[in-house]
Amino acid sequence: MKIGTPKEIYEGEARVAMTPESAAQLQKLGYDCAIEAGAGEAAGFPDAAYKAAGVEIIKSAAALYKAVDIVAKVRPPSDTEIKRLNKGQTLISFFYPGANEALMELAKTRGANVIAMDMVPRISRAQKMDALSSMANIAGYRAVIEAGNNFGRFFTGQVTAAGKVPPAKVLVVGAGVAGLAAIGTATSLGAITYAFDVRPEVSEQIESMGAEFVFLDFVESSQDSSSTGGYAAPSSPEFREKQLEKFRELAPDMDIVITTALIPNRDAPVLWTKDMVEAMKPGSVIVDLAAERGGNCELTVPDQKIVTDNGVTVIGYTDFPSRMATQASTLYASNVRHMMTDLTPEKDGHVVHNMEDDVIRGATVTHDGEITFPPPPPKVAAIAAAPKKEPVKELTPAEKREQELLAFREATRRQVTYLGIGAVVLFLIGAWAPESFMSHFIVFVLACFIGFQVIWNVSHALHTPLMAITNAISGIIIVGALLQIGAASWLVVLLSFVAVLIASINIVGGFLVTRRMLAMFQKS
Amino acid sequence: MSAGIVSAAYIAASVLFILALGGLSNQESAKRAIWYGIVGMFLAVVATIFGPGVSNLFLILVAIAGGAVAGAFVAGRVQMTEMPQLVAALHSFVGLAAVFIGLNADVMLGAVNELKAAGTAMADAGLTGFGEKLWHKDAVEVAILKVEVFLGIFIGAVTFTGSVVAFGKLAGKIDGKPEKLPGGHMLNAGAALACLILGLMYFGGAGVWTMVLVTVIAGFIGWHLIMGIGGADMPVVVSMLNSYSGWAAAAIGFTLGNDLLIVTGALVGSSGAILSYIMCRAMNRHFVSVILGGFGGTQGPAQEIEGEMIAIEADGVANALNEADSVIIVPGYGMAVAQAQQSVSELTRKLRAAGKEVRFAIHPVAGRLPGHMNVLLAEAKVPYDIVLEMDEINDDFPNTDVVIVIGSNDIVNPAAQDDPNSPIAGMPVLEVWKAKQVFVSKRGQGTGYSGIENPLFYKENTRMFYGDAKASIDKLLPMID
Repeated sequence: MKIGTPKEIYEGEARVAMTPESAAQLQKLGYDCAIEAGAGEAAGFPDAAYKAAGVEIIKSAAALYKAVDIVAKVRPPSDTEIKRLNKGQTLISFFYPGANEALMELAKTRGANVIAMDMVPRISRAQKMDALSSMANIAGYRAVIEAGNNFGRFFTGQVTAAGKVPPAKVLVVGAGVAGLAAIGTATSLGAITYAFDVRPEVSEQIESMGAEFVFLDFVESSQDSSSTGGYAAPSSPEFREKQLEKFRELAPDMDIVITTALIPNRDAPVLWTKDMVEAMKPGSVIVDLAAERGGNCELTVPDQKIVTDNGVTVIGYTDFPSRMATQASTLYASNVRHMMTDLTPEKDGHVVHNMEDDVIRGATVTHDGEITFPPPPPKVAAIAAAPKKEPVKELTPAEKREQELLAFREATRRQVTYLGIGAVVLFLIGAWAPESFMSHFIVFVLACFIGFQVIWNVSHALHTPLMAITNAISGIIIVGALLQIGAASWLVVLLSFVAVLIASINIVGGFLVTRRMLAMFQKS
Repeated sequence: MSAGIVSAAYIAASVLFILALGGLSNQESAKRAIWYGIVGMFLAVVATIFGPGVSNLFLILVAIAGGAVAGAFVAGRVQMTEMPQLVAALHSFVGLAAVFIGLNADVMLGAVNELKAAGTAMADAGLTGFGEKLWHKDAVEVAILKVEVFLGIFIGAVTFTGSVVAFGKLAGKIDGKPEKLPGGHMLNAGAALACLILGLMYFGGAGVWTMVLVTVIAGFIGWHLIMGIGGADMPVVVSMLNSYSGWAAAAIGFTLGNDLLIVTGALVGSSGAILSYIMCRAMNRHFVSVILGGFGGTQGPAQEIEGEMIAIEADGVANALNEADSVIIVPGYGMAVAQAQQSVSELTRKLRAAGKEVRFAIHPVAGRLPGHMNVLLAEAKVPYDIVLEMDEINDDFPNTDVVIVIGSNDIVNPAAQDDPNSPIAGMPVLEVWKAKQVFVSKRGQGTGYSGIENPLFYKENTRMFYGDAKASIDKLLPMID
């Protein structure tokens, strides 16, 4: 079968769905590759490079659509493009089926199979074809670069001979793939980065990228994103109020704000209001990555850069990935190639459209003249549900004090009880036993106490040497045998002889082996 | 040497023994502390030999020389992995010596009483050492002496046979599984009761035969008790026997009226008691339940375990190690069995040379002896400052890239925390599953000593690295760069 990529006809779109590199990989899967003349020009891949990779160059788009079985492109097809598809042809591209029902109808009537790259389910296995993530990653990076381009200062703080430069403060709203990429870029440029997200479980990811999580003190805030496939869900009005209040508080301090908050299949929520923009310092920059869906910032104009009256730049570009066309094309082409790998289990250049496969099923929008959107939920849950945690009750200082007092009293009572029992036992012994016994008994009790005090301090690592050395010194029992060996009875002499012998083994063996062990412990 | 000088030597020896134990608080001072112990012992023995009332010098020297040679031979030959059995064997000697000395005391008491009854004057009796002391005892003191003799013999005999069995189990000469005669602990209780009755008879004037019988019965108790305890509970058993050997020495000290024996016995006894306590706490079990043997007391069905065990080959483990920045190794008894400590040390050296942070996490009951793992790692020249105990390292697992579990099972079982019905519920465990990746080096799919499933093996971030620990680690070594 043949895969072909036409030139993108959307105005200003520089990306291309096939690179010479991905073409080589596709050929390994058994496909022939074709490309419309000049399709990769804008992304930095000349026709010659394709030709060298064994890709057939086709003059016009119409001819290409006729010649190939599979069409791979980036942007959703236009009406003309979709009308060029024939029965049984497969189209792979972004499609946004939720917002493009008419287009979907059209594809159905043409009988084409459409695989929407934006519908790839978010499960581990499908990460390699998750084009939304790879594009969002680029957008996040580019957003920071774009902001830097429009920001008149350093990102990093410096102390120079000409004076001190404070570091830029960056706030990233929404810590999805784009947000995290933006955080990483901003922190590596040296900015102090803050980040906010409605899903508290991402705070770890935010902190791992080097930003500070803006914490919202709100009980209901615990959105569990596992139920929405890892995406954020709309929040309650109270929560939104609290959130805006926090942003208002932060606005005057922030030099750069990058908003990336999107909720699937909805308009972008307005999170950065006009008054916040007005509160910002002149020269500050806002980059709105949600511009295509209306924008997170109230003043955003999609596809444009504007400067407000108080000198704040608001960037509403919607083509960040296209602005880095080479990189974006490479990643997108490799996402497409991975999709083809899954579609070609035998590596024989023939597509097997397996509708039982979660990933393929999820991404397929029309198949065999039928609309297959929306897909059923995937069989494998994308993300394990977070275990529900029991909230730990915070104790007031008074309650804490009371608890401590109670514990102290309990400990005192226990100790006094033990001491009392001990005293009674001692008294009973003392009442009955003679003086000579008691004097030994004092020694015994004191030695036990010293033993307890000393042994608790022994480090855990030395417990084996401790056993060996106590073994050696318990050989002190030799003294008893020595005192008896002079007796008249031969039996006594024999028994004490054996006792001296084995006690000596104990002493010498114990000490030597302890020494051997201790000598092994070395510091690095 | 006068009695005064002998006492002075004893005092010095007691102080030196205390310093020797106290010095074990860290690795550096321990190297000095051992000399305190040796000097103390030397002082005590020399002072006793040349003190008043000791004769038969030739026999003494023969016995000491023979014992010293044997001791030095054993200490020089023993492998560090065999340390548990050596310690157990040495305990048995103390127990046996205590029995002999106790029996001697009774024989000598009988002899002295005969002389007294015959009306011999003390000067003519030709008594030495302990005999002289016996002569001066009045009726109450003799009664107490009998109690002490009984205790010394009883504890000594239990220690002796118990240690012999423990030695057999640790050395693999006896099957490690718990075994009991029909009747179980009732048999032990009956035997103990019989000893008590015999003790009372002895007290009432019955002859030395009662004590010989007590020796035999107490020996049976020691044997049967330890036979009923399984291999992994040996840390508790060995430290308990350690404690008993101390108490036996202390009891003999009372018998002989010798303060040095009392002090030393009490030190050793409390040391062993604390070690047993620490071990029991580390397993979240009561001392009694360990001694009675076996796990028990599940309150309900065990938690269902989801997922499957996923095996991995050496190259996968090596890749992960090459990419990791921080590695924690959790060794267990399996490492000792496979003698893998040298390979582990080599792995550690290579990883550290590559600039990675490598540490060891030691659970208090890992191995068959308290602190067993530390000694093995020290033998393989792993620096002790990267070998950490559970409380020091448990909080660091979430920030760790790779954890390698080598031959341990129950001490890394998350069921202890998650599953209230698990037999080991509440036992403190190393939280390895919180690390980013866990590799478990294990011979097969079997369960640990406690016989319970380990949900760790089924976790998503766990991979099973099957095979003999030493062979597995050796396979890894060439792949680490």
